[in-house]
Amino acid sequence: MPKDLIIKIKKKTFPLRDKINNKENIIFKNLELNIKNREFVSIFGPSGCGKTTLLNMISGLDNNFDGSITNEKSIKDYTISYMFQSPRLFPWLTAIENIKFPIKKQKNCNVIANQLIKNVGLEKFKNQYPNKLSGGMQRRISLARAFAPDPEILLLDEPFISIDKKISNLLKKLLMKLWKKNKPMIIFVTHDLDEAIELADRIFFLSNLPSKVLLDHKINLKRPRNNKGKQFVNLKRLLSSTTNQGK
Amino acid sequence: MNNLLKNDLFRRIISIIFLIIIWEIISQIVNDKIILPSPKEVAESIGYHASQDLHNHVIITLFRVAVAFFLAMIIGSGIGILMGRRKKFDDYFDGWLILALNVPALVTIILCFIWFGLNEIAAIIAVAINKIPTVTVILREGTKAIDEKLLDVGKLYKLSKFEIIKNILCPQLFPYFVSAARSGLALIWKIVLVVELLGRSNGVGFKINEFFSMFDTTSILAYTLVFVFIIMSLEWFLIKPVEKRLTDWRI
Repeated sequence: MPKDLIIKIKKKTFPLRDKINNKENIIFKNLELNIKNREFVSIFGPSGCGKTTLLNMISGLDNNFDGSITNEKSIKDYTISYMFQSPRLFPWLTAIENIKFPIKKQKNCNVIANQLIKNVGLEKFKNQYPNKLSGGMQRRISLARAFAPDPEILLLDEPFISIDKKISNLLKKLLMKLWKKNKPMIIFVTHDLDEAIELADRIFFLSNLPSKVLLDHKINLKRPRNNKGKQFVNLKRLLSSTTNQGK
Repeated sequence: MNNLLKNDLFRRIISIIFLIIIWEIISQIVNDKIILPSPKEVAESIGYHASQDLHNHVIITLFRVAVAFFLAMIIGSGIGILMGRRKKFDDYFDGWLILALNVPALVTIILCFIWFGLNEIAAIIAVAINKIPTVTVILREGTKAIDEKLLDVGKLYKLSKFEIIKNILCPQLFPYFVSAARSGLALIWKIVLVVELLGRSNGVGFKINEFFSMFDTTSILAYTLVFVFIIMSLEWFLIKPVEKRLTDWRI
């Protein structure tokens, strides 16, 4: 079982297209995050503050940085799932084959995939190719795929962006349901404060570039949370006022 | 009749019959077997040659087409994928590729015969060399169009290099393979005929040269039709069905 995840980014830069001055864009400098095992954290920040970059580094897809991401063992030894900002389904695989993709080598992959497609309510569409599915359906398949390998760490990159309220509420419920089952560590990136407060145990506020943690706040509201509720509104007001001062 | 015209197979058949009628009419007007024999004469000629050695020559030509085709597809795809994936490689060899694309088929054929002698290997190498650059270009473009984001999904779930190639790269490249195969088949058999005409003593190209020296237009058309028909069958019964099966997700 993974213990706490300790993320220490000493420096992460992106080269700018500026050959004369050889400039680089510093995204993170001395960023430190400790995330507890089985914790659901959201990372909230303005767009362009490096949230996706952070997830790419945690997932191991981006190794080009100075620093370390560890728990007891190397991060590479853990099952990590990642729901990208776009669904990234394989267009030549059917819905069910897409869900099965990460677990193809497991014997019971059919059972797992069938259960998951039932959970996301798309059993009827299991043999359809992604281009026959709506954007919201593709996201549901993508969510199911992310849960298929029973991850220890699940990364979510604005999974509810640009879909209508009804479907995003449905997806949120699904996410909570699936999370409660095996309780993976979830790192959820968003620029929607309501969403960040609604779902997570804990919320990190990131600043503009070079990005650092402005605030690390534990959310003690009872679930399910209603973003019109008094406590919710108060917390939201408090959080946004403190972080504005931080800027 | 109107209902029949709505059937696309029927329209295709009508168009072929129409072509044969035009041919017949022109051959009647010309009325000279050396310039244009009638369809009936060509059909009879096919029957006659079929009872002679037609199949031997067709088979040897088909064999050359097949070997040159697979050689060109494998080598061309390999280089093309490498050039598409590695920018450095592309920079070094892009000039070579343009050069290779512009060398006339006839020049490579003659050079191969000079270098390797008038033998089977020289003939096949000559054909393959003509086709490799076009396969390379098509596969290079295909490789450049690969969606890196899908490769990341494979890396995330710790697939091996081989699995990523098999499960994520190949499906994306498949349409490009088909298009290279299709244009390849059409091009290769034409070049094989030239090679046979210049430096082989069997095959369809050799026979056509023989008929040419006797001004036997009927036999030339008979051999050509048989071979065109075989290549078209390969397209219809091999390439098309495979393509349909592997790209039905696009529809």
